Amino acid sequence: MKSAVIVFPGSNCDRDAHDAIAKVTGQAPAMVWHQETELPDGTEFVMVPGGFSYGDYLRCGAMASRSNIMPALVAHAATGAPVLGVCNGFQILTESGLLPGALMRNASLHFVCEKAPLKIANGNTRFTARYSGQTDLIIPIAHHDGNYFADDATLDRIEGEGQVVFRYGNNPNGSARDIAGIMNEQGNVMGMMPHPERAVDEKHGGTDGLALFESLLGSA
Amino acid sequence: MKAKIHVYLKPGVLDPQGAAVAGALHTMGYDEVTDVRQGKLIELDLSGDDAEAAKARVDEMCQKLLSNPVIESYSIEMA
Repeated sequence: MKSAVIVFPGSNCDRDAHDAIAKVTGQAPAMVWHQETELPDGTEFVMVPGGFSYGDYLRCGAMASRSNIMPALVAHAATGAPVLGVCNGFQILTESGLLPGALMRNASLHFVCEKAPLKIANGNTRFTARYSGQTDLIIPIAHHDGNYFADDATLDRIEGEGQVVFRYGNNPNGSARDIAGIMNEQGNVMGMMPHPERAVDEKHGGTDGLALFESLLGSA
Repeated sequence: MKAKIHVYLKPGVLDPQGAAVAGALHTMGYDEVTDVRQGKLIELDLSGDDAEAAKARVDEMCQKLLSNPVIESYSIEMA
């Protein structure tokens, strides 16, 4: 599977994303600088990594979501290809309108950095199929602005459509309805605050992120 | 020409920073403070002299970048 990782000024999980994708797919992803206007030919899976693009100025992900590469990413998503945004990548996907809602400052005002217990809310997606019935995961989180917000009508709708993919076991940031990760209506674009790319090797302290990338392998 | 844009969280959207500021003011003895909402002020310097056209463009900027309509409202003051 040909993959790409978008790199913004201030991205800092791009190399973790690269290594996780390379490990699972056996093929190193293209690292695509945000000033590019096209994805490499034949790209299937695109990951928008975590970090602090543009220093989190204005709003987290706001400026990155208007950068040169984004029209190509939006067009790519519209073809039904899989797109995953993690942490700042999730913020960028909501700011770009690819996913509903917004990520706000943690309710506690604290930066949270811990191993987060998660529950798979929808195991029948392109991102979770390989968990094969496993419902409880431990995936690291590290963020200051992960407090998922959407109005009640939107929350009811995404819950009703099965678009909530992950929930926190121990809500660390005030997110509405314990939401940790959601996908779009078509099921090919997912955003999540936890970092699956930081849980793909025993040396990371856990490998619960592996099955997420393995799920993608079969779906592209 | 200048545009001043006030961006603030919509009513009903939790403002943890405002709540923390309110807590600090209470600690300092300013008990009359019943609520704090924290927003942003963005100032733009603009070329041109058609204030009405400029305001329409600034409104577009607010919708496309300067505010997030999911959580924020804004107002524009031309000067």
